[in-house]
Amino acid sequence: MADTVASPQVHGPVGQHDVDYLHDGSLLSWLTTVDHKKLGVMYLWSILFMFFLGGIFALLVRLELFAPGKTIMDAETYNKVFTLHGAIMVFLFIIPSIPAALGNFALPIMLGAKDVAFPRLNLLSFWIYATGAMIAVVAMVTGGVDTGWTFYTPYSTTTDGSVALMTFAAFVLGFSSILTGVNFIATVHKLRAPGMGWFKMPLFIWGIYSTAIIQVLATPVLAITLLLLIMERTFGVGVFDPKLGGDPVLFQHFFWFYSHPAVYIMILPGMAIISEIVPAMSQKTFFGYKATAFSSVAIAIVSFVVWGHHMFTSGQSQLAGAIFSFLTFLVGIPSAIKVFNWITTMYKGSISLQAPMLYALMFLILFGIGGLTGIFLGAMSVDIHLHDTYFVVAHFHYVMMGSTVIAFFGGLHYWWPKMFGRMYNETAARIAAILVFIGFNTTFLPQFLLGSRGMPRRYYNYLPEFQFLHQVSTVGSWILGLGFLIMAGYLFASLRKKFDAPPNPWHARTLEWQIPSPPITHNFHEVPVVKSDPYDYYRPFEPSVKGHH
Amino acid sequence: MNSLRDWMMPMQASEHAAKIDNLYLFIFWLTLAFFILIAYLTVAFAWKYRRKKEGVLTVNLQHNLALELVWSIIPLILVIGIFFWGFNDYAAASVAPNDALEIHVTGKKWNWSFEYPDGTRSIRSLHVPVNKPIRLIMTSEDVLHAFFIPSMRVKQDVIPGRYVDLNFTPTVAGRHQVFCAEYCGRDHSGMMADLFVDTPAKYAEWLEKGDEELYKMKPAELGKMVWEMKGCNSCHTIDGTKGEGPSFKGIFGKTEKFRDGSTIVVDENYIRESILNPQAKVVAGFEPVMPTFQGLLREIEIKGVIAYIKELK
Repeated sequence: MADTVASPQVHGPVGQHDVDYLHDGSLLSWLTTVDHKKLGVMYLWSILFMFFLGGIFALLVRLELFAPGKTIMDAETYNKVFTLHGAIMVFLFIIPSIPAALGNFALPIMLGAKDVAFPRLNLLSFWIYATGAMIAVVAMVTGGVDTGWTFYTPYSTTTDGSVALMTFAAFVLGFSSILTGVNFIATVHKLRAPGMGWFKMPLFIWGIYSTAIIQVLATPVLAITLLLLIMERTFGVGVFDPKLGGDPVLFQHFFWFYSHPAVYIMILPGMAIISEIVPAMSQKTFFGYKATAFSSVAIAIVSFVVWGHHMFTSGQSQLAGAIFSFLTFLVGIPSAIKVFNWITTMYKGSISLQAPMLYALMFLILFGIGGLTGIFLGAMSVDIHLHDTYFVVAHFHYVMMGSTVIAFFGGLHYWWPKMFGRMYNETAARIAAILVFIGFNTTFLPQFLLGSRGMPRRYYNYLPEFQFLHQVSTVGSWILGLGFLIMAGYLFASLRKKFDAPPNPWHARTLEWQIPSPPITHNFHEVPVVKSDPYDYYRPFEPSVKGHH
Repeated sequence: MNSLRDWMMPMQASEHAAKIDNLYLFIFWLTLAFFILIAYLTVAFAWKYRRKKEGVLTVNLQHNLALELVWSIIPLILVIGIFFWGFNDYAAASVAPNDALEIHVTGKKWNWSFEYPDGTRSIRSLHVPVNKPIRLIMTSEDVLHAFFIPSMRVKQDVIPGRYVDLNFTPTVAGRHQVFCAEYCGRDHSGMMADLFVDTPAKYAEWLEKGDEELYKMKPAELGKMVWEMKGCNSCHTIDGTKGEGPSFKGIFGKTEKFRDGSTIVVDENYIRESILNPQAKVVAGFEPVMPTFQGLLREIEIKGVIAYIKELK
């Protein structure tokens, strides 16, 4: 079954084509490839570039806020810079990061498949992403955007700049996200290797699968919303602007109907990676496999009915606010269960403290802070005070960056040897991880205090009483930047070496570790037959893949 | 306990601020306890069970129903409790008592303006009497804004084309900071106002006399501000073009003919009469549509308008 939709590049009997995928083909063949691994690698370089770009904007924002008033740029430039930071990080980095880069590379192999279900569609997704990214770059250099990444109306329909083009970029990027989601759903349903029942799937797959469901269901709503915004801005069709008979709060409902589930599009894949790293690096059976798998699906479903918690002060009805608040607290429970499951999985394990595990441990602490501070914001009366302050900025950076981005880098360090066939310098990796941890907390912990003391977000200027905490935060951003600089250094350095990664540096048991590093173009010589659970670390290893080791 | 609160939160200056802070502090201690639990277990397990030997098999722990129920149900009960606590305080704070003092607030890039029941208006400074329930009825003339007074623990988005209200009872006299909390463009961070909570006597005096700044301005400047803020500008132009009413340009000293055929040379007394009793002498060619400003303008403001008109030659 799996073979019927395999890559059209297949020639000759399976098992004859032994070239590793990295050396298989010219530049043109990379750009037109339908190999999920090559597409994963191309996505990886694209999103890492976007992370670099968004990170530069972040550093500029922090630098401007080092002192009140003008520090390095004027107010209009600052507004564009923080908008670009948010828009790039959300739409061009975080949303595609784990599913499109690491998911594309690892998901088919972990299922025992040769490729995703629709390899050509996968290529199309990539080029739609690239097109969206290029449109976004054009929007940035032709006027920029100063609306914030949320594009709230009627500001966004009345301000100058390339708002229509930037929203169009987000509209285009949405299709890439939808197509990737469709592809992964079909792949999980149809291309699992013989013997791999639903509950024998690695938890990474469950997380990516749940994410894909949200991507497919929620992203069209964003597409429609952004299209309406473009219509209003360009043709004066009144939907959101009261001057044209529209309703600005309607935009917020539409926007958050996508963008709250989108928060889970961002965090579920992060949780998925942690569910992979923790058992592998602890050499331990996963505690509560089914609870974790189902909590991913539960989060995916409940995430659709909590969008109004972004709008407690927006003038929506109090009854609606109360329902959203209640559901918001409920959606926290599956996340709490996951945290306890990860921690219990470590109990009595044989824990390696190599780089991927350091990131997993960082994730547990930072996601703990991010999740727990969400309780303040879910409580309606307290949220009235904290809404739109730095408390919110700190909270979502702990979730988006402290959790998702940290999990992404954990996953990158975990799968790097498999993707590129090389080991990175472990000492440098540990130093970078510790710097990132210190820098992150120095940047964002003070922002909770800024927010509870009343410092509103998206402020170019601020009162002198807030200066000290802003300065601590800015210094933290430099430490964070240094950590990432070192990371870039040792990762690039590793690529100059010859292949030196063993097939299974972590002694993990999922299928991708039973093939060479880097994999051959067709992943497996023979279709693997899965006999054991993915985390059976209590008994001797029984490979599912023949022909290696 | 209080010093921790004062370190984390602004001054408590409204009746419901203490309620919000109590819940804030409850969540703070609760989440701190959970965080310590999570962080301790994470670090302790990572250290205690760190790998000492390669290739060992580990125990097979997959389920523990009792443990899993405990860590699902306890957090569930706690968050449901927090939900009701937060909702109750929110609902209580959002209802205005019948005797609330109603003040209209208008947000416009990048200023807040206020209109009091007696017609007094102010820009960037809001005056209210202490210990009196206040109901702000707010709207925006352009984009979204949000009215945020940290020391009162209130915040509300201000929306164009709609009225929203915001209720609080200030308990601490003095100056309090007002911010705009919803991003609104270039001078978003400059869209601030001062909230002055006054004793009832001081508040009444302020309504009577207005801001001290009024007395420092040049009369013609004050007149121009009145012309803009009180809406004179919607009917009376200053460039000679005809509006609903005669243009102010060059009108002082001019001989005006009225609807009843009589004439008068425009002087201080005529302007004053036209403001306070506009129907008395209506200039020929205009409709008697102007409302009286009796009681809505202070003496100093009327003088300012006269000085302003004199300057518009």
